[in-house]
Amino acid sequence: MTERTRIILMLAPAFLLLGGVFFSALGLTLLRSFRYMPVIGLTEPDLAAYATILASPGFLGSLGLSLWIAAVSTLTSAGLALAAALLLRQTFPGRRLIGFLFQLNLTVPHVVGAIGILYLFSQSGAFARLAYAGGLIGGPAEFPALVHDPFAVGIILQYVWKEVPFIGLILLANMQAIGEDHEATARSLGATRWQAFTHVLLPMLMPGLIAASALVFAFAFGAYEIPLLLGANAPEALPVLAYRSYTDVDLAARPEAMAMAMIIALIGGAMVLVYARFARPMGRGRHAG
Amino acid sequence: MRGNALRLFAGLALALWLVLPLVPLAIWSVAHGWRFPDLLPQQWSGNAWAYAFSPGSGVLESLGLTVFIATATTVLAALVGVPAGRALGLHEFRGKGIVTLILIAPAIVPGIAVALGLHGVFLRLGLTGTVGGVILAHLIPVIPYMTLIMASVFSSFDTDVEAQARSLGARPVQVFIHVTLPAILPGLMTGALFAFLVSWSQYLLTLSIGGGRVQTLPLTLFTFATSGRNDVTGAIAILYILPGVLILLFTARHLTGRNQSLAARVGA
Repeated sequence: MTERTRIILMLAPAFLLLGGVFFSALGLTLLRSFRYMPVIGLTEPDLAAYATILASPGFLGSLGLSLWIAAVSTLTSAGLALAAALLLRQTFPGRRLIGFLFQLNLTVPHVVGAIGILYLFSQSGAFARLAYAGGLIGGPAEFPALVHDPFAVGIILQYVWKEVPFIGLILLANMQAIGEDHEATARSLGATRWQAFTHVLLPMLMPGLIAASALVFAFAFGAYEIPLLLGANAPEALPVLAYRSYTDVDLAARPEAMAMAMIIALIGGAMVLVYARFARPMGRGRHAG
Repeated sequence: MRGNALRLFAGLALALWLVLPLVPLAIWSVAHGWRFPDLLPQQWSGNAWAYAFSPGSGVLESLGLTVFIATATTVLAALVGVPAGRALGLHEFRGKGIVTLILIAPAIVPGIAVALGLHGVFLRLGLTGTVGGVILAHLIPVIPYMTLIMASVFSSFDTDVEAQARSLGARPVQVFIHVTLPAILPGLMTGALFAFLVSWSQYLLTLSIGGGRVQTLPLTLFTFATSGRNDVTGAIAILYILPGVLILLFTARHLTGRNQSLAARVGA
């Protein structure tokens, strides 16, 4: 058996399974989004579903909201994660505890985090009670709307809560791999601590930071249950709108739901490319055999 | 000195923020009514836990089903992920870049982008509303993680020991069981635990493919959260995060030893 045949055989099961579920699902979504459904007599593919949603204020509002959620969550998480990783690189009392909490947070499903954020930040939640006890507000209605709000503050808080540890741990692992020699050299050549950070460490961390941020952006843009729990009724996040359109009793809305799914897939695909471009390549093939 | 105090303060704030959303869930699970503006419940109660563990609530059934689905998904993902990871970790070949891209895309592309189409595909195959269909759907985000972790395991695997075993007359199956498997086992365990947690956390794929008939724990949790039963919601939420905590304690002690995280292994 040639090496090429062996490689193909090793990859075949994973490819067949993913092809069978993931790529066939995307293919069907694409066909349906072109309004190709022979079962109900639609045999002429067209772009009507895309034209409809791109002219619909509801869709554009949802797309804008989801882009806003993803962008703000990603930038905030990346910035805080960088600060947290720099903090955790140093020795101070309690560092190990925070390292443990970071990993603990990683295992908590997003739904749980979302419900926790709801109980903390809703108008009758823990912070509203603290504000009342401190005499800042006279009743629940006076507490600012931080969940089910138009700016999606609650949704963003949930992503920041979950993704700061995720990006932070990736950055910490990269920092360990990079070591401190480069910065020490820069310092010995007269760089200030800030210069050593911005000119030496940060550029070396950037690929990992961008790759991790691409994962966070794709997730925050496409997650369904978190905006369903924490989001406002209008505009809804795009995944919520897409799923509601799909389950709508009016079958005519289905191609539109499929077109929305394709647009989400496109943005997800773009993030796959960003991730692949910046993530460390794996495997060195040292032991071909 | 000021730097130290600042670091300690920042560390404390970070630690507090990390546990904060879990605190009201834990309190609610043992609260008997907890109305605004009470900072703490007036009365405590074990009712929510008693209800969660009672046969009528369906919570334990849901827990068992979720464990079964996550375990089956993990086993299937290992069966296809180990060989695929070996191909990626040990070999250089033409088209490796595109192969890697195809293998990681399903974990990054949001579930909603495939859930609707998958529902259509599975409808024809009679797989909607079945546990088997949900397991197949969960494989979409799980296989990429398993494959990537195994690729990183195999990239530091020395194939010379396999060659030695073969030269001593071992058959391929014997080589795998006695030489390869023991060497990759710690990495495989990490991959399996990670795969388990990814399946464990799925919401939308279960909802769309299960169609309400496959009631995993996150779906049960969601139902209680939106019906205003905050106490039961708190109890289920604690139950739901328990396996992750156990897995973390287990991996921290047995697998990695050093402060190497799950995320760091699959991340950038």
